[in-house]
Parts: sequence; C-alpha cells; structure tokens
Amino acid sequence: MHSFGYRANALLTFSLTILALMAAMASFSDNFNSPSPAAHVQVLNVNRFQNRPNGDDEIGMTLSISADLQSLFTWNTKQVFVFLAAEYGTPKNAMNQVSLWDGIIQLKEDAKFSTKVKNKYRFIDQGSNLRGRDINLTLHWHIMPKTGKMFADKLVVTGFQLPHSYR
Amino acid sequence: MGWIGEQIDSVKSMQFRQLLTQAVSLGMIVTSALIIWKGLMCITGSESPVVVVLSGSMEPGFKRGDILFLHMSKEPIRAGEIVVFNVDGREIPIVHRVIKVHEREGSGEVDVLTKGDNNFGDDRLLYAEGQMWLQRHHIMGRAVGFLPYVGWVTIIMTEQPIIKYLLIGALGLLVITSKE
Repeated sequence: MHSFGYRANALLTFSLTILALMAAMASFSDNFNSPSPAAHVQVLNVNRFQNRPNGDDEIGMTLSISADLQSLFTWNTKQVFVFLAAEYGTPKNAMNQVSLWDGIIQLKEDAKFSTKVKNKYRFIDQGSNLRGRDINLTLHWHIMPKTGKMFADKLVVTGFQLPHSYR
Repeated sequence: MGWIGEQIDSVKSMQFRQLLTQAVSLGMIVTSALIIWKGLMCITGSESPVVVVLSGSMEPGFKRGDILFLHMSKEPIRAGEIVVFNVDGREIPIVHRVIKVHEREGSGEVDVLTKGDNNFGDDRLLYAEGQMWLQRHHIMGRAVGFLPYVGWVTIIMTEQPIIKYLLIGALGLLVITSKE
C-alpha cells in the first residue's frame, strides 16, 4: 500500500496542488491594488502631412509623453506594456486606433518617465479623412503578471485637431 | 529484477473482473480529461482555450514554454490586446499584440494589424502574401491569463516523442498493476 510509487504520486499531487493554489492567490491579490496613474501628452510638432499615392493620408508628428505608472506595480507584476494610441472616427470607419509609440517597463523605478519621441509606427488612415480631424491621444497600459490574470486600462490624455491642409 | 517480477506476477494473477475494473477506470481518466477540455471550449468560446508559447517574439512578457489562457467574446477587438490568430497557409497559430484597429461603421467589420513586442517590425511579413490586415475570422481568441513554464511539458513531449511514449507506457502500467 505505501509503496514507492504511491508515495511519489502523493507527493507530486500535493506539491502541484499547493503550487497552483499559491499562483491563484498571487493573481487574486492583484485585485486589491487600486492604482492612480497620471499622464501628460503633448503634440510638439506636425512634421509632415501628406496624401500618399494610393490615396491614404499619412501624418508624422513629434510627441512629448510623460507619465507616472508606478502605482500599477504589485509584487505579482512582471512588466507593464504602455502605448500611446491615436483614436478617431471617420465617415468610413466608426473606430480607428493607431498605435504611435509603445514601451515595456519592467521595473517600478522606470515607471515614472518623460520622453520626447517621433511616432514609432506610421500613422496612416484608411482613406483621406485626416484633414482637420479631431483625434484623442490615449495612453493604454497592459499589465503582465508573473502568474495569473492580465489587466489592461487606459487614460484619455488629450484631444488634438490635425491641420486643415497637407504640408 | 524482484520488482519487475512482482509486477508481472500481479498482472498474471489478475482476474477477469479486476481487469474490467481497471479498463473502466482507465476509460474514466481519459473521458474526464476530454470532458474538461471540451467544457473549457464551451466556457471560453475559443476552439483552443489554452495555448503554449513557442517563440520568443513576445519577450520579455511571454517566454517559450509559457501557457496562455484564451477567451473569445463578442466584444470588439481593440489595440493593445494580445490575440491568437491563424494566417491562411500557416498551421501554427501566432500570439501577438494588436497595434492598429480600423472598424467599419455599422457592419462592425474590422481590420487589425499585429506586432510581436520583441519584433522590430509589424507582422505584415508573416501574413499571407499581399495580405495587409487581419479580419475577425483570423482571430481565435485573446489572451486573458498567463502561467509560466508549464508549457515545457508539451514542448518536450512534441520534440522528444520517446519521452511521451515512455510516460504513457509508465502511466498505463501503473494503472494496470495498481491494486484498488
């Protein structure tokens, strides 16, 4: 009855159960964190604004981004993926989201940052609807845990009206 | 030798009725595993509720051998979500992050562009030739939960089939020879 195999099996089952329970508890403890992130984004300059040969509008801009995301970090946080998206609606598309910049933050100390960047991904519309368009610049973050449930949230930082003419 | 001899003896001395019981309990194990898998499919609405990360394209967030839990709901796809998608002509699904979304008025049809966090460029090179966007039907689910390392079990088993057969054999023997 108490053979080697029986004991090994019991030990393995028990340790796996405990491990799963600990992982579940670590993930559950994330729910008690109520973060208060803050962010400020400003469009410093529209570098170029043109209509591409295929008819789509493209815009290039310089952005100043500063944020304090330190309160997002808990003991179960592996990294925070943060990105800035331009969000707008056009007659063709009810919802457009274009990521302009993103970054990976692995340390809580690095979660308070301020940076000046050109858009990292091309800001191209589907069609020529960007002239004079009002866009929302939204800072999103996606929290990747060491184990368990992932969290995501966002903060609409600022509205901006694109130029009325190509340049 | 003593141990092996004992096991063989125990198999030999087995009665027909006992054999039947063992077969039933083995069947129970297999079917309950199947029930759990199919049940997960129902709850999550995704045809593969759990996927193993096979590449390092989402590092440092997801490493090779990590497990992701998927969920597929009717909710619209938004930038920043990590989705699992199938590209026509590719067998292995890819887990990457959405960076651009263009959603039509009314019909809700959506064009999505993805990128791996650890990749330099976006995924247009991975898509089928000439494909610029992913549509809804390419996407199998979005990642909602994460468990590290567990997926190594399946990676090792698919890459070293011998270990798989050894494990199945050992477990089978254990079921057959165990009393009660």
